[in-house]
Amino acid sequence: MAHRAITISPRWPGVLAGTLVLVLTLGTLAAVALRAEFATGLGVADWAAIRFTLTQAFLSALISVVLAIPVARALARRRFRGRQALITLLGAPFLLPVIVAIVGLIAVFGRNGILNNGLVWAGLEPVSIYGFHGVILAHVFFNLPLAVRFILQGWLAIPAERFRLAASLNAPIGKILEIPMLRAVVPSTFLVIFLICLTSFAVALTLGGGPKSTTVELAIYQALRFDFDLGRAAMLACIQFGLCAVAAVIAWQVTGTDAMGAGFDRTVARWDMRRPVLDYLVITLAALFLVIPLGMVVLRGLPGLSQLPSSVWAAALRSICVAVGSAMLCCTMAVSLGLWGGRVVAVIGVLPLAASGLVVGTGAFLIVYPFTSPSDVALLVTLLVNATLALPFVLRAIAPAIAAVQADFGPLGASVGLTGWGWLRIVVLPRIRRPLGFGAGLCAALSMGDLGVITLFAGQSEETLPLAMYRLMGAYRMEAAAGAAVVLLGLSLLIFWICDYWGRRC
Amino acid sequence: MLRCEKLQLRYDDFSLAAELGFAAGRITALIGPSGAGKSTFLAAIAGFLVPAKGRVIWAAQDISALSPAERPISILFQDNNLFPHLTITQNVGLGLRSGLRLTADQRAQVAAVLDSVGLAGMGARKPAALSGGQQSRAALARVLLADRPLVLLDEPFAALGPRLKDEMLDLVQQRLADQGRTVIMVTHDPADAKRIADAVAVVADGTVAAPVATRALFENPPPALARYLGK
Repeated sequence: MAHRAITISPRWPGVLAGTLVLVLTLGTLAAVALRAEFATGLGVADWAAIRFTLTQAFLSALISVVLAIPVARALARRRFRGRQALITLLGAPFLLPVIVAIVGLIAVFGRNGILNNGLVWAGLEPVSIYGFHGVILAHVFFNLPLAVRFILQGWLAIPAERFRLAASLNAPIGKILEIPMLRAVVPSTFLVIFLICLTSFAVALTLGGGPKSTTVELAIYQALRFDFDLGRAAMLACIQFGLCAVAAVIAWQVTGTDAMGAGFDRTVARWDMRRPVLDYLVITLAALFLVIPLGMVVLRGLPGLSQLPSSVWAAALRSICVAVGSAMLCCTMAVSLGLWGGRVVAVIGVLPLAASGLVVGTGAFLIVYPFTSPSDVALLVTLLVNATLALPFVLRAIAPAIAAVQADFGPLGASVGLTGWGWLRIVVLPRIRRPLGFGAGLCAALSMGDLGVITLFAGQSEETLPLAMYRLMGAYRMEAAAGAAVVLLGLSLLIFWICDYWGRRC
Repeated sequence: MLRCEKLQLRYDDFSLAAELGFAAGRITALIGPSGAGKSTFLAAIAGFLVPAKGRVIWAAQDISALSPAERPISILFQDNNLFPHLTITQNVGLGLRSGLRLTADQRAQVAAVLDSVGLAGMGARKPAALSGGQQSRAALARVLLADRPLVLLDEPFAALGPRLKDEMLDLVQQRLADQGRTVIMVTHDPADAKRIADAVAVVADGTVAAPVATRALFENPPPALARYLGK
């Protein structure tokens, strides 16, 4: 039936939200571009940073994807107790504050970690987690689960009938079903992870550094914070934006489906189930790789809780405020843009993917610097940037739900005269409660754990919990840092759970 | 009387022309093959579709530029006639005002109309807790309460079984047409039209034909209808 688009929701909130996103992405980019000093050209260190950024992103993505394939295959075809819990756990690293995970990884792979204690005990040379392989290890830790979820979805998307048909023909399943699926799913997974690693800052900040393992993001931070060379920071930010934009455009064209959805709760019935031992071994190894570092965070952190300086609690309070504010802003923007709908919104919604925290942060720094001390607006800028960077993910959760409400109930709403605020309050919000709660939780957790733009702005009295934790680590107060990690982990998961629970209730 | 003057609807490569009037206080059925544009025509009258040309006139007043809610029209769709997350009382109350807060007086009105369609005491339930037939009755209750002179039915009872559907059609006749409202209903089943429609307009071959008295039409069907009926 031919309906016209019923305009029962006004456009101005969407326009307002879109403008804010444009200012924070393209506006800050313009500020950066205007200030960039290309005259001096790229130094040796800059080239090294670019090379390192690309190499580590490439290797991190490659290793994550290669390791994910057997794990995803095992999860796709085995049913066992705890399978659902494991798949849920695979979603956790996305919410996990980077710096918390790093504390866990150091506890396992660091100087006094489990691995090195074992190596020394066996009479072998200890390995170092710092530098090139540490950065890659951390990236694989974060992105292997993501890759497993993407690829698992690909596996489960193969219709059961095809497996049945292949079995009845005694055809090679790998060749006719699995390899074509992997060919479709693997490149997009690789690119998404490549993009994530390209913009990785906190990992490089904590595990990298030095001339050999500095990413462009880290170089921006150093230029701004240590050298106060605004021109060079701006130039590096331009380069970083260029890298991300190219990767984002390619990634967005290659990715089609949404991996946030449900549908993990079935296994594929198959008739080629030999070698179960290998499958379970792979699953066990992957689970241990995820669980042990997280367990170590808690194990090492709990004793540290008593040693926490009061400044950590103040920082925690600041982080909660930033997270709540950022989630509220992000959801408001996402709903406004979702109600507006259309192509413009789709573009605005993905724009932040090409932006990175440090690039936006540098731009914001350049904008506010002439007027006020950056530390005065540190929390506000962090809130705005976090909301904007989380927007693509939240919009992807919310926009389809809003579109469905408009399509299903738009005519009914129009015929009973529900418009504007009434339409939003009475129909849209109650009907999108579930994705809204999920989106709010996602943004709040991401914001809670973010260690990016805040590092450019904060002085002593504006630090957020991740920053306070980083500073404790820098001061070698590892016990207190481990305690702060437990607090941060708990708060991130709690704030996500509260929002998500609110969405699921009733 | 509802008049369509030189009405032209276009949508991609679909087009429909209508030049006809619907008698006030009567039930007129729109019948024709699927894809002929029955629902599209109804959507245009209701204000969901902007016509390429022409005017819709109700009681000597041009309503072409009004929004769906401003028109003197209630409409029931094929589905999604109730908001699933609102109670039956809230859903029916939307016929009175575009909000959820009702005065005591309005609540009493809602309860009375629910009673009159056989849903007494079910106001606190959500639509999912009602059977298909009861959901149809709740939607009809909202139409009754909205008290608009023109009612459009886009096959809202199509998913019901034959007995329930006939019950609903009889209810439409008793509670709407017999109370002086003008009803235009889409149907693909000649039996529906024969049961309650005073007149039938055939929608086929890109035009909406002028309504003809039901019995006369089926006794001597025009070629387009004969083709549709398979005679």
